[in-house]
Amino acid sequence: MTHFTRRRFLKAAGIGGASAVVGFGAASSVAKASKNAHVIVIGGGSGGATAAKYLKRFSPDLNVTLIEPHATYHTCYGSNWVVGGHAQMDDIAQTYDALQSRHGVKVVQDTVTGIDPDARTVKTAGGETMKYDRLVVSPGIDFRYDNIEGITEADSESVPHAWKAGEQTMILRRQLEAMPDGGVFVMVVPGNPFRCPPGPYERAAMVAHYFQKEKPKSKIIILDNKENFSKQGLFMSGWKEHYGDMIEWVPSSRGGMVEEVDVANLTAISDAGFNEFKADVLNYVPAQQAGKVAQDAGLAVGHWCPVNQMTFESRVHRGIYVIGDASIAGAMPKSGHSANGQGKVAAAAVVRDLAGLEPKSAPTANTCYSLITPDHAISVAGIYVFEPGEREWEDGQMVLVPGSGGVSPADAPATTRQLESIYTKGWYDGITADIWG
Amino acid sequence: MMKAVNLFLAAIAVSVTALAGVSQAVADVERAAMVTTHCFACHSIDGTGNMPNLVGYPPDILVMQMRMFKDGSRPATIMNRIALGYTDEDFVQMGEYFGTIK
Repeated sequence: MTHFTRRRFLKAAGIGGASAVVGFGAASSVAKASKNAHVIVIGGGSGGATAAKYLKRFSPDLNVTLIEPHATYHTCYGSNWVVGGHAQMDDIAQTYDALQSRHGVKVVQDTVTGIDPDARTVKTAGGETMKYDRLVVSPGIDFRYDNIEGITEADSESVPHAWKAGEQTMILRRQLEAMPDGGVFVMVVPGNPFRCPPGPYERAAMVAHYFQKEKPKSKIIILDNKENFSKQGLFMSGWKEHYGDMIEWVPSSRGGMVEEVDVANLTAISDAGFNEFKADVLNYVPAQQAGKVAQDAGLAVGHWCPVNQMTFESRVHRGIYVIGDASIAGAMPKSGHSANGQGKVAAAAVVRDLAGLEPKSAPTANTCYSLITPDHAISVAGIYVFEPGEREWEDGQMVLVPGSGGVSPADAPATTRQLESIYTKGWYDGITADIWG
Repeated sequence: MMKAVNLFLAAIAVSVTALAGVSQAVADVERAAMVTTHCFACHSIDGTGNMPNLVGYPPDILVMQMRMFKDGSRPATIMNRIALGYTDEDFVQMGEYFGTIK
């Protein structure tokens, strides 16, 4: 749901009740308390950790609390390199030490069990109730199994999704290591929108790179619930150049729309049983929705959270900002880089709002690198600005600045691909320093 | 060169405007900060990574380089695509803001 129609907005307003109509004309009673205001950030991923850090950068006197269940966070970006065997889990591990010691963020290792938008409180599994003046929610994604037969989240030990990095990444890696030469790796990919649009196709390339060295008779089949995908031309020519016919991509119209999974036999079934794809390793990436904490707080309408795309303040509850994959952000893809940018946008909006200032709009960016081999990378970039709609911010959207961004040139020489692979690693180091450093 | 000097003066003007009449805490969230902090994702301000470090970069040269990326006269793998999303005003604000980071 990338377009937010008037009907849907009214629906959002209905769900939120009286508190649903969000306007920045409304003077905030909290504005005076700007100096010692308390901002809680839920979720220490790319969006939340950025928001916490930049709230302190933009307004050092703010009290900022970041609530995150894990002491170590594994980034989803880079996890395909672990799946392919040329990076280790430690390489994609991030911690919260610098946020606390260098930037003055209070980090609480706990799980949020509830948000009360009227009382402006957050409850945690650890038994705490915390009051906030403004709340930033960066919950990431949860998985949906309501559009598929035969598989649930409980099966993810034997049929991993590996779409949240951590133990799942290692389960998939171990299965690929145990697979005999000549085996078939089948990946089931959801339709749009989903986290990291180029991710499945980079994963195919990384697994192919591993197979080519260790298990060259093996095959990779991508069963895709769509007709085209991110950086498609560059991926398909890159696959061909390095891996020949090892990777087969099956679009929805040719059997890629999987309707059932036979977990016991590692088989994906499509077109009412007409097609069966037997795997040796089966990677099922489910359809997705906004993370549970946002769903529970009523911040989602349907599967994702509608926001004022200029500030990322929720269109359901005033004073709560939803950023990252969970938000509906117009043309911005669900990526770690988008979440990083949205964390800064929301931090600036919160600080301005607490100071009683009107919100301001400025361009934000997304950059995404994908490896085809460790020495061949491709990229996509985009600059996004808020464009007001007929009803100003209500139906305004983040749009791509016309003519900006786009993908790496199709005819670039190998030296350019190699340079982009060097920048891929630089991008990882840079953005993780910007978020957690 | 004359143009660069003018832009440099424009950058100073912008920075003076940004600081006038706004409390220190809020000054950092003027448009220049909102535009430029997005650059930090790749161009880390603590020197991490392998993208050029832009902290303390001369504002007029930064503006010149961004214009050259935008018109294609400076070759690049990705900065040419990124520069196409920004205006001259954005470039001036970026130059000014990077100049203020210590």
